[in-house]
Amino acid sequence: MLQIDCPWCGPREEVEFHCGGQAHLVRPADPEALSDAQWADYLFMRDNPKGRFAERWVHSAGCRRWFNVLRDTRTHRILAVYRMGEQPPEVQS
Amino acid sequence: MQRYSAWALARNALSNHRNWPRQWRSPEPKRHYDVIIVGAGGHGLATAYYLARNHGINNVAVLEKGWLGGGNVGRNTTIVRSNYLLDESAALYEHALKLWETLSRDLNYNVMYSPRGVLNLAHNLSDVRAGRRRAESNRLNGIDSHWLEPEEVKKLCPILNTSNSLRYPVLGSTFQPRGGTARHDAVAWGYARAADALGVDIIQNCEVTSIRRESGAVSGVETTRGFIGANKVGLVAAGHSSVLAEMAGFRLPLQSHSLQALVSEPVKPVLDTVVMSGAIHVYVSQSDKGDLVIGAGIDSYNSYAQRGSFQVIEGQMAALTELFPIFARLRMVRTWGGVVDVSPDASPIIGKTPLGGLFINCGWGTGGFKATPGSGWVFAWTIANGEPHAINAPFSLERFTTGALIDEHGAAAVAH
Repeated sequence: MLQIDCPWCGPREEVEFHCGGQAHLVRPADPEALSDAQWADYLFMRDNPKGRFAERWVHSAGCRRWFNVLRDTRTHRILAVYRMGEQPPEVQS
Repeated sequence: MQRYSAWALARNALSNHRNWPRQWRSPEPKRHYDVIIVGAGGHGLATAYYLARNHGINNVAVLEKGWLGGGNVGRNTTIVRSNYLLDESAALYEHALKLWETLSRDLNYNVMYSPRGVLNLAHNLSDVRAGRRRAESNRLNGIDSHWLEPEEVKKLCPILNTSNSLRYPVLGSTFQPRGGTARHDAVAWGYARAADALGVDIIQNCEVTSIRRESGAVSGVETTRGFIGANKVGLVAAGHSSVLAEMAGFRLPLQSHSLQALVSEPVKPVLDTVVMSGAIHVYVSQSDKGDLVIGAGIDSYNSYAQRGSFQVIEGQMAALTELFPIFARLRMVRTWGGVVDVSPDASPIIGKTPLGGLFINCGWGTGGFKATPGSGWVFAWTIANGEPHAINAPFSLERFTTGALIDEHGAAAVAH
């Protein structure tokens, strides 16, 4: 089980959280202007790296706030936790 | 290839079974093939076999980064069924099930396909409605599926707790008699041996590191054992499909997750059918060796680690002991994980890619094993003809652009 360091509550067990998938997805400002392929790219296509992955988590059984996690999908090691609206920090592996 | 038979068994007994021939070669890769298949799992090996047998394309290499059958084909819970709701899925999975029925004979290899029946339990009103609807839909598609009331379920599986003491009692079940299990390793080995006999080169410990492109089409793959050329390449890499697609310059609508499973200590025959519960989420069957094979859902976060979090195992154990109080004191001996490629509509992607000559077969998520023969059959057809077969045409990558999704969530009978 992962131990996740909630930016507001501190380290808690994974069961208190829900994973929200890839972080930093931005809804297109003008969806009407997009082609079907561009809309599909926003809606369905996802990064799925073997290695560092920025993803969203929500502390659903705690403070119920969303935040970002930088995690290695090969090892599950959490490299950084940072708040919504922030960019992923530079970290050494 | 030496045929396996009762006669061969008797003859080899005379020499204490020391002189059985090897089942497949370990050849050095050639410089060029007509077709390269990336991934020597069940689907990849089946593709190579049907390319050679059905389409006369024998100059084929199957590249495997690890060992043959070491990925999901050796990590699944061996359940075979075709009771999917939608017409497109029913056609695909039923095509596979028909191939399962004669597979041992076709491959001259005992894949131990055992049509012991599959129950999909209903625990609430919406389960009952969905189950009845699915059984009717299956019958319209010529699939042997029907609805059972709780007392009929009890008759079929006496050790199942069908009393009202359950928090979510068994309110009925769908039943597909032709569903069942097959020996997963034997499927990989049987396809490997049969494909090898038809001239296919199976090259293990050969990881694809990049995909070479020339004027908008694929021209081969760079591997840890050097460059291998081919004008047609099929990617059948399950959880690693996104990694390969990135090498070829496009993205897939997939997320890789860990799917865990476990087995108990072996016990005498106690469960002669497959029981699945999507609602309280566990499925179980008993292998011929006697151990219970148990599975459920994926871990929530993306992973390439082939392992997961323990609370997922705890959750399915709670569901198992609720449904089968008799299993409460059984010891579990082994758990493991596989990397599954989950698609947005819980349906696979089988067809062409944006790169010419490059084909992909992925997105099977948590339920690819049952489709192995059919998946290889339609993918071989697609590679040989350069166009999808009518059965897999709806499962194109373009469906995410056109919006013609094949939404099998829930209807696929297990939660994802």
